[in-house]
Amino acid sequence: MTLPPLAQAAIAAFIVLNAVILMVAYVTLLERKFAARMQSRIGPYYVGWPHGWLQPIADALKLMLKEDVVPAAADRWVYNLAPIAFLVPCVLIFATIPFAPGLGVADLNIGILFFLAVSALEIVGLFMGGWGSNNKYALISAMRAVNQIISYDLPFIFTALVPVVLAGSMQLSEIVSAQTGLFGWFVFRAWGLGVLALLAYLVATIAAENRVPFDILEAESELVAGFRVEYSGMKFALIQLGEYAHILGTSFLGALLFLGGWLGPGPAWLGPIWFLLKAIFVFLLITWVRWSFVRIRVDQILAISWKLLLPLSIVLLMAAAFAVAWSGGARV
Amino acid sequence: MSPIAFALVAAIAIASAIGLLVKKNPIHGALFLVVNLGCVAVFYLGLGAEFLAVAQVIVYAGAIMVLFVFAIMVLIPGKEETGPDPRVRWRVAALPFGALLFAQLIMILGARRGAPTAAPAAPVPGGVEAIGRLLFTDYLLPFELTSVLLLAAMVGVLLLARRRA
Repeated sequence: MTLPPLAQAAIAAFIVLNAVILMVAYVTLLERKFAARMQSRIGPYYVGWPHGWLQPIADALKLMLKEDVVPAAADRWVYNLAPIAFLVPCVLIFATIPFAPGLGVADLNIGILFFLAVSALEIVGLFMGGWGSNNKYALISAMRAVNQIISYDLPFIFTALVPVVLAGSMQLSEIVSAQTGLFGWFVFRAWGLGVLALLAYLVATIAAENRVPFDILEAESELVAGFRVEYSGMKFALIQLGEYAHILGTSFLGALLFLGGWLGPGPAWLGPIWFLLKAIFVFLLITWVRWSFVRIRVDQILAISWKLLLPLSIVLLMAAAFAVAWSGGARV
Repeated sequence: MSPIAFALVAAIAIASAIGLLVKKNPIHGALFLVVNLGCVAVFYLGLGAEFLAVAQVIVYAGAIMVLFVFAIMVLIPGKEETGPDPRVRWRVAALPFGALLFAQLIMILGARRGAPTAAPAAPVPGGVEAIGRLLFTDYLLPFELTSVLLLAAMVGVLLLARRRA
C-alpha cells in the first residue's frame, strides 16, 4: 500500500518532530551530567535508576503543572505567541536534515539554504518575547540578541558554505556523499581549510545559540534571565525546548557538513547511529566550551565577530573556492 | 501550488497586510509585515523559485526586519512627545493619490480581461545555479552597480557615526 505523498510527508514530520523532542529532553540530561563531571559533582541522580534517567520527564511534568503567569502590563498577543514563534523555526530546521540516505522529511536541493534561512527566523520569536513581556531586562536582552545574531549570521553562513563549495552542491545528502573514503570528511580535507572552517563554524554557532561565553542576552548577573524572565510553566518549557532544539540542529548540521554525516565503518544500517554519535560529539564540544569559559562583554563579542570571524570566514570561503578551481573540479 | 494552499496563504497575506495598516502600534505593524513577507516567500516557493524564496526569508523576514523594528522603536517618538500630528494635511493628500492608483489597477485588470490570455511562458529555472549564472553573465553590470550602491551606503553610515563620536 502506498500513501499519497502529503500523508507520507506528514508521517515523516510527525516521527522526526517527536524524535527531536525526545532527543532534546535527553540532551539536557547529558549536558547536566557532563557539567557535573566537569565540576566534580554527580548531577541529577535520584529520579529514576540508574543515574537519574527519568529527570527530564520529571522536569517536563513539573513545568506542565506550574502556574501560567502573564504580566499585567504585557502585550498579551505578542507575549503569548512568542514561545511558538521561537519554537517553530528551531524545530523546522530538522526538516531538511537527512539522517541516512533517503531517511528524512525533505531532502531539498537547496537544503542548506533552507536551514540557514529558517534558523534566521528564530530572532523574531526572541524579539517578540523580549518586547511583549514589557520588562526592561527582557527588552535589553532582545536588543542585545538582535545585535549579536545579526553580527554572527554572516560568519555562520560563510563557514557553512565552505563544505558547499567543496562538495559542489547545496543538497545535504550530496554534501555527505562527497565525503566518502578514508579521511574523506571535510575536516581532514583541503589542506587544513576544513579544520579551520569547523572551528569557525563552532564559534559562530555558539554565538548564534547565545551560549556561554556569548550569552550576554541571558546574563543572569545583570539581566536576570534575559528575554524569558517573565515566562513560566509550559511557555518557559517551549522556549527552553526551542533553544536546545536549535543547538541540536546546528550540531547535526556541523556533523553533516564537516564530519561526514552518516558515513562510518560497518553496515549501512549503522549510518543513523554514527550520525547521532557525531552530532552528540559536536554538542559535547559546545557544552565543553560552555562550562570552561566566562562570559565576555558586548563590545568584545561584536569585535570578535566583525574584526576576526567575518574576515576569517570570507578568506576561508575564497580559499576553498580557489582550491576547487585550481584542481579543476576534482576532489580537493 | 494547489489552489487550496494558494487560497490559504493568500488569505493570510491579505489579513496580515490589513493588520499592518490598521494597527496603531508600529511594533505590531512590523510583526504583521514579517508575516506578510513570509507569505511572499511561500508564493515564490510555489512558483518554483526556491532560491528567491529562501533569500526573501534571509534578507527580509529575519534579523534585518527586527533591526528595523528597533529603529522604529528608538527613533519614532510617541504622540505625547511630538504633540499633535504635524502631517494631517499630507494625509488628506493621500486620498486622491490612492484613488488614482486604484483606478490604474482597475484599468489594467480591464485591459487584461479584453486581451487574449498570453501563452504561458516557458518555465524559468529558479534554482541557485540558474540565478548565479544569470547574475554573473547577463546581469553582471546591474549586479555590480547594486553592490557599489550598498557599499556607498555603508561608507556613508560609518562617516555619520564617526562624526558624532
